[in-house]
Amino acid sequence: MSDMMDDMDEGGEGVVKKFMFVNRKAPHGTIYALEGLEVVLISAAFDQDVSMVFADDGVYELIKGVNTKGIEVKDFSKTYRALEGYDIEKLYVEKASMDARGLTEDDLIVDVTVLDSAEMASLMAEQDVVISY
Amino acid sequence: MLHIVNKSATERNSLESALRLATKGSAVLLIEDAVYAATKGSVAATKVQAAMADLQVYALGPDLDARGMSARVLDGVKVVDYGGFVDLVTEHNSCQSWL
Repeated sequence: MSDMMDDMDEGGEGVVKKFMFVNRKAPHGTIYALEGLEVVLISAAFDQDVSMVFADDGVYELIKGVNTKGIEVKDFSKTYRALEGYDIEKLYVEKASMDARGLTEDDLIVDVTVLDSAEMASLMAEQDVVISY
Repeated sequence: MLHIVNKSATERNSLESALRLATKGSAVLLIEDAVYAATKGSVAATKVQAAMADLQVYALGPDLDARGMSARVLDGVKVVDYGGFVDLVTEHNSCQSWL
């Protein structure tokens, strides 16, 4: 920990932590999905090792073919496609969550890595920071 | 009685309670995150399908569109727009929102 503090004192160079953002909420019904996405975009400015996880109702955030005109809210599903431009390319989806909702990778707006629950568990366990929405 | 449910059935138990406590011939309107329950392949769809023997189930179209779910609606579920929502409210003596 002390060498990390030294690095911080030297202007933040060199410390790269593993950050995981866990998304478990459907879009639109609550503000969590949109706010979580905004925080991920902000985190990109800090050059950290960022992963995004979509599990439970969070997998609904990535569905393609969205049209939000009728409910007059922002369609932020397109923003997930912009993540790549911010070097956020580690997107993981839990298979069990997709199965429970009758969804497959073909239904999603971005390329993701599909993990089984055990793989997802170990990926979570190896993070330095996990932030949940 | 018109029962209105707005929470995801895979996150809360409001739909389950509504279906359990709705009397035969009642209407159930799914709005907001509750519309996912009316889509094919969802674990909640099984419960909705079973309930349709006794209840008429409706889902709000604009909420389905906003979630990319319009093409996946279960057979037997009637999709209504905001005008249809108002009609349902006026056609029934009372309504209950399962928050």
